Amino acid sequence: MLNKNIYLILIISLVFGISFWIGFNVNLLPAEASINAPIYDELFKILFIIGLIIFIGMTIAVIYSLFKFRKRNDQIGDGIALEGNLSLEIVWTIIPSIIVLLIGLYSYNIYDRMGGMKELNHNHEMMSSNTEKIWAGISQTSDNEIAINNLSIEVSAMQFAFLFNYPKGNFISGELHVPVDQKVSMKMESKDVIHAFWVPEFRIKQDIIPGQPTILNFTPTKVGKYPIICAELCGPYHGGMRASIIVEEESDYKEWFNKNKKPEVNL
Amino acid sequence: MTISIDPQKTNNESLQPKGWLRYFSFSLDHKVIGIQYLVCGFLFYLIGGTLASAIRIELASPMSDFMPRDVYNQVLTLHGTIMIFLWIVPVVNGAFGNYLIPFYVGARDMAFPRLNAVAFWLIPPSGLMLVASYFVDGAAQAGWTAYPPLSITTPQSGQIIWILSVLLLGGSSIFGGINFIATIIKLRRPGLKLMKLPMYCWAMLGTSLLVVLSTPVLAGTLILLSFDIIANTGFFNPVLGGNVVVYQHLFWFYSHPAVYIMVLPAFGLVSEILPVHARKPLFGYTTMVFSIMGIVVLGLVVWAHHMFTSGTPPWMRLFFTIATAFIAVPTGIKFFNWVATLWGGKISINSAMLFSCGFIINFVFGGITGVALAQVPFDIHVHDTYFVVAHFHYIVYGGTVFIIFSSIYHWFPKVTGKMLKEKLGILHFIITFIGFNLCFAPQHWLGLNGMPRRVAEYDPQFQFVNQISSLGALLMAMSTIPFLINVYLSVRNGKDAGDNPWNALTPEWLTSSPPPVENWEGEAPLVEEPYGYGKEITEGK
Repeated sequence: MLNKNIYLILIISLVFGISFWIGFNVNLLPAEASINAPIYDELFKILFIIGLIIFIGMTIAVIYSLFKFRKRNDQIGDGIALEGNLSLEIVWTIIPSIIVLLIGLYSYNIYDRMGGMKELNHNHEMMSSNTEKIWAGISQTSDNEIAINNLSIEVSAMQFAFLFNYPKGNFISGELHVPVDQKVSMKMESKDVIHAFWVPEFRIKQDIIPGQPTILNFTPTKVGKYPIICAELCGPYHGGMRASIIVEEESDYKEWFNKNKKPEVNL
Repeated sequence: MTISIDPQKTNNESLQPKGWLRYFSFSLDHKVIGIQYLVCGFLFYLIGGTLASAIRIELASPMSDFMPRDVYNQVLTLHGTIMIFLWIVPVVNGAFGNYLIPFYVGARDMAFPRLNAVAFWLIPPSGLMLVASYFVDGAAQAGWTAYPPLSITTPQSGQIIWILSVLLLGGSSIFGGINFIATIIKLRRPGLKLMKLPMYCWAMLGTSLLVVLSTPVLAGTLILLSFDIIANTGFFNPVLGGNVVVYQHLFWFYSHPAVYIMVLPAFGLVSEILPVHARKPLFGYTTMVFSIMGIVVLGLVVWAHHMFTSGTPPWMRLFFTIATAFIAVPTGIKFFNWVATLWGGKISINSAMLFSCGFIINFVFGGITGVALAQVPFDIHVHDTYFVVAHFHYIVYGGTVFIIFSSIYHWFPKVTGKMLKEKLGILHFIITFIGFNLCFAPQHWLGLNGMPRRVAEYDPQFQFVNQISSLGALLMAMSTIPFLINVYLSVRNGKDAGDNPWNALTPEWLTSSPPPVENWEGEAPLVEEPYGYGKEITEGK
């Protein structure tokens, strides 16, 4: 009996140890390039570790049962006539409930930190009217945000391209240029079918829905060039509907902006 | 005027052909209909599998070079639709449900035999119509979800045929659901209490409730969508003031429960198979029943987790996160109970048992990624990517299809009177298990790192992992060969099975193999201990 308990404790420790080791040392995600990314990765790590513990534990239990309790050639008859165990069943109802509840609360906290529970900025400078319904995206803010003022960009999605309108510069670009460490606020509209704006390195995604503008805010934290991918099936060339987001230093961004800027035409 | 009825002319069996020709007739016998569902479903599985192979051949290279891009979208749409509506739902509900439920409740047939035949005979024409739509003007190419406006703007004839086909299949599903509810509730043998029924009856009762409650919503939605396409109405067309998110709500109100319509019967089947081959009672019968009903209730209130990036308001995201995550609790109870059923048993390691254990391992993996996907912040990054494709296939293939094969190995002796060959069965399991995991496990990484789903071309950095996935798909395709050889050889000259080769206690094993026309020669037996292994009844056998 004592031996059995020691083995059990050893196996459980091993499962936990392996799961934590994999969780902390195996990185399955792309680079972190926005304020959102490390927050997301924190949640991913926790879910990954809990998932590994359950998966490895269950797999060991099944394979062990198959070997340990397999029917030998000389055996006849049945196994033990055990039809249930109320206390055991209560335990494996309550413990998963608590785990699920804790995961839910934790993910709520993560979502809140990402800005998902905040009211969107309804004084958005690009809104055509106060009555226009803006649908929720992520409106992210951060205490240590360096942003002084938001950069506002209008995104138009169509089969099979993204177009980025910079209202302050009165020009449209096929590439999205943004300065590092500054909050970007995008108002997104679709010209035809549903598209989705996804930057894997930023861990953000938002559908672009015809007839319903959506807003997406993010703050890039790492200089570089990242793919913008349409994630919603939008037609034959869906796989080719990609663009680039170029995160650059403030001075480089200003240089690019000034090069493309057009004078406003007053009619 | 009096009408006299000649019993000879109304007796279906006297008018039916005998032998294998029965399966090509409008038979009313639940066992014949069950086999019709199974074989018809399997033929569509082969078609759907061929389409899946085409998808994986295309994705073995980063460029779209195997087929035109619009054809690729047609292929993925047909693959999804065929596998869901013509393979898994009909087989796991219609085939096993029809064959087993009347035995389990002690009935001679289903409550509405004619409705049962109609439900089946809606399937072949709908399926053929769906497949044939490819040759008309191209098949539907908006994915199996048919989101407008894409489904409104793509070539219309294929989309309309798709809608008609899915409507008929939905009708078939509703007929079946009504029939199962009526059979389980009203046709039970006197003395057979609900809490003494085999678990598969409870699973089918829960599934049928989901079918009856949610399928009509899909039907109504698709009818409105067809109006938008044909009559230029504006229910979902934003150009005419329609709302595309409303379509998503209505569509997922059926299509999330559809996942439970696919897995709940599998839960029931595995609950029948494990106790027999482990020689132990099903652990925790009562909690198993309540967990099924818990899954049914929760399954109806989680649909919006498919729409976390669709502009749903924050409160809605929060509610659906919690509801979805809580489905893990009743599901978890079932898995712990199955492992407890194995524990301390005398397990026969055969094909049926291996496929069931493979199911447990695969489904736990898919369930864990499901709990992760239920969390809004997690889902936002991986929604509509290969991570979701992998999760979904772990549930429906690694889960349900594994159980379909397990069930075929388990009940084949009853249906045919012949045993399947174990060596070929174990080979089938090994190739399927390795191929499946090789195909879908790497796809989680693809989704996390930036590969969206439903694309014919992708970033070249993902080529190597996609090739591993395609290799797994090749193995999965090959795994069907030993299975088909096994069935062919066993039907022709397999070992005689006898009435009860597994020494099982559920009622279908208490009659001859194959069973007679009305299931039992005499009165249906009253089985109050369907899982009484280890008790005096079976000890020493």
